[in-house]
Amino acid sequence: MIRNLGIVIGLFFTVVLLYSFGVGAYTHITEPATKTAKKVFHKYPRDAGMPSDGIFGKFDKAQLQRGYGVYKEVCSACHSLEQVAFRNLTDIGYNEDEVKAIAASFQVPAVDPDTGEATTRDGLPADKFPAVYPNNIAAAAANNNAIPPDLSLITKARKDGSNYLYSLLTGYQEPPAELAKNFPDDVPGPTTHYNPYFENLNIAMAQPIVIDDQVTYADGTKATVDQMAKDVTAFLTWTAEPKLEKRKQTGLAVLAFLLIFTVLAYLSYRNIWADKKH
Amino acid sequence: MSFPWAKQYNPTNPAMQWIDERLPLPRLVYNAIGAGYPVPRNLNYFWNFGVLAGFALVVQIISGVILAMHYAPNALVAFDSVEHIMRDVNWGWMMRYMHANGASFFFIVIYIHMFRGLYYSSYKAPREMIWLLGMVIYLLAMATAFMGYVLPWGQMSFWGAKVITGLFSAIPLIGPTLQEWLLGGFAPDNAALNRFFSLHYLLPFVIAGVIILHVWALHIPGSSNPTGVEVKQQSDTVPFHPYYTAKDGFGLGVYLLIFCAVMFFAPNFLGHADNYIPANPISTPAHIVPEWYFWPFYAILRAFTVDFLFIPAKLLGVLAMFASILLLFFLPWLDRSPVRSGKYRPLFRIFFWIFVANIIVLAYCGGATAEEPYVMISQISSAYYFAHFLIILPIISRIERPDPLPASITEAVLGKDSDDSAPVGIPETRDGPATQPAE
Amino acid sequence: MAETVTTDTDAKATEAEHAETQTQDGVDRRDFINVAAVSFAGVGGLATLYPLITQMAPSADVLALASIEQDVAALEPGQAIKTTFRKQPLFIRRLTAEEIAREKAVDAAGLRDPQSFEERVVPGSDDLLVTMGVCTHLGCVPSGAAQGEVKGEYNGYFCPCHGSHYDSLARIRKGPAPTNLEVPEVAFVSDTVIKIG
Repeated sequence: MIRNLGIVIGLFFTVVLLYSFGVGAYTHITEPATKTAKKVFHKYPRDAGMPSDGIFGKFDKAQLQRGYGVYKEVCSACHSLEQVAFRNLTDIGYNEDEVKAIAASFQVPAVDPDTGEATTRDGLPADKFPAVYPNNIAAAAANNNAIPPDLSLITKARKDGSNYLYSLLTGYQEPPAELAKNFPDDVPGPTTHYNPYFENLNIAMAQPIVIDDQVTYADGTKATVDQMAKDVTAFLTWTAEPKLEKRKQTGLAVLAFLLIFTVLAYLSYRNIWADKKH
Repeated sequence: MSFPWAKQYNPTNPAMQWIDERLPLPRLVYNAIGAGYPVPRNLNYFWNFGVLAGFALVVQIISGVILAMHYAPNALVAFDSVEHIMRDVNWGWMMRYMHANGASFFFIVIYIHMFRGLYYSSYKAPREMIWLLGMVIYLLAMATAFMGYVLPWGQMSFWGAKVITGLFSAIPLIGPTLQEWLLGGFAPDNAALNRFFSLHYLLPFVIAGVIILHVWALHIPGSSNPTGVEVKQQSDTVPFHPYYTAKDGFGLGVYLLIFCAVMFFAPNFLGHADNYIPANPISTPAHIVPEWYFWPFYAILRAFTVDFLFIPAKLLGVLAMFASILLLFFLPWLDRSPVRSGKYRPLFRIFFWIFVANIIVLAYCGGATAEEPYVMISQISSAYYFAHFLIILPIISRIERPDPLPASITEAVLGKDSDDSAPVGIPETRDGPATQPAE
Repeated sequence: MAETVTTDTDAKATEAEHAETQTQDGVDRRDFINVAAVSFAGVGGLATLYPLITQMAPSADVLALASIEQDVAALEPGQAIKTTFRKQPLFIRRLTAEEIAREKAVDAAGLRDPQSFEERVVPGSDDLLVTMGVCTHLGCVPSGAAQGEVKGEYNGYFCPCHGSHYDSLARIRKGPAPTNLEVPEVAFVSDTVIKIG
């Protein structure tokens, strides 16, 4: 009974699926899918070579500080960093007084203690980086209807994030001539910019890092466009995963321990079974 | 029930004696996973995965209880509370990565456990109940994992909740009302998040309860084994402890090595980048897929692209997806071959490996974008999935000529039907009367 | 423990089946390896407990709020600021001349929790008292900081829960509380701003 019913149900689904396949295949042949601009021009990220890559990866604190400088000078005008607190900056090598000074340079929302009205005050180390716009509507209104995403987690919120960000920042270029010829709809408009690393090739953000020495580096590193893109990528890799170093160090210790345990457990297993053929 | 030669619990420690006389818990443990449980001596490494699944569940419960101490199930703050765990809570990043990857590893383990059951036909009489309870655990685990994935309230959480509850909207007449009831609203929001959190906390304990039944049912006929031949005599078995505790200890070490390698060095490899974007009800991610362990079923859901007769494609897909899981419950009655182990079933073996390859193809299509050629491939693969269980299995169990079986497990291992080193005077068969206390 | 004993017996019984094939040394080495494997598992289990336990300790964002700064320039004698420190009430009070004279006259040695005037006030000031607003008995908030509140029998603070009376320096004088109201770590960071914690 169950088998007969099963065969009926099985035949039903199989027939429907083969019918769907037939319809799909027929459509595929009669109306071949047109190539999209994305298929032709979209590029996968290039390797940014972050020092935090690999199982022994560590952050380069000098680079993170340079990257913070790029964020502050270039990105922070539009992009917030809401998950990061000023106190976290001690992790990338700033001392407490420097962190206090950085925090005080930001205005955070507060309540006036006398009137109870909304106001702002100087930031404290315990505060998080304040939002750039009061809400998404304001953000969209100020940016041609595109909302600049928060950057705290950006390198984890994009596939292959660090490499993607570095590639995107250095990937701005003139749209290729074939794009206008074959895909006129995909040519960047007045408020978008061609970037082959971006999902749909046309990004609302104008090229942020344009010329060498756009940001002044205190440590004497030559501020090339490539260097600045790498540094801010490193900084945003840190903001997305501040515990990365601790995670990798803990992981190495745990794996070393487990390796010894597993060898011992194997020897113990072989010994206990030594007399039993199995 | 147990084999007549099973060792009796005989505590020498007075404290254990004292407890055992008042509450025979030590005896229960001894007979369940101690020396009192005789197990076939020929189990291979695939039999490690039952214990590993239990271990994986314990890891999930412990890490989950800890995460719940810091997580806030409210749509306004859920995403930030997860980041709070990742950044500020002591070792919070480790707890969260352990829990997120632990879910994937739980499914890796139970999938291997299930494929072992399929290859060695562990679901056949007298073990049908073990298989049925296992399927209940599998369904509960899928529900738990789905609801857990909603909790971080990222983009994939939100749209996963919307799409999966949307499956129920395909049901004629009551569908849309049912979806609103499930969500407690028109779209996922606070009501849905809170109930998912509540159920996500509850279900693992239900799973633990069903696992107790699963293990109980296992101890009635005893473990199956790679030959599929039932245990006949004492030389066919060894006591669970120390033999299989030692083997499971080694298996656990290997499992933990792989688990920790992923958890510490590629913690987001099995996840999806979009879930690090806070939930946004007005923007769907470009490429929306469930977690990898749902991919084969997601592929079946998407394979139905055209209406058939009077049934809309959406309903067909949902019906087929649920059918593809539910049909596994009927497996013991679909495959009627008297031989259990795939080792002695030449025809079955071929189709089994085709089935495994087919599942991998289905999973790949389920994870890929919904465009050609993946849709066409998943249509063929889904058809084979149904055909395998509902048509091929019943037919080959009728026409197949199995290879000769060994007379006993002992013969399969030693090449002769009795173990000379075994003590004499033991009962001949498991069904014979226990003429004397074992050992 | 009984389990372990049984284990050893089982293992030996198994080995006894093939006793003629092994030396005494072999048995010892085997036991050693089994014990080593189990001990290693035990050490690993204990080490795992460490993160499981410390996760309940205050998190980094909580600790970051553990020190505050307060401007006290506008505080007149007899006035108090009630604020919060580590999520608990904190009293900052400028003593009046009368209170100072009265408390300086008290012989600290005779008190339940003997502390002198200098030990109570903020170092570097002679009239600024900073205390936690948490009764040392069972944690209620004593009244008396602000003008007009019940000040108790010693003209300081009074805890209504179980009747502890504190003097103007918040020293326990009568009632069940064991010690004076706690004075947190406090110091001037400028002429008018104090840092607590």
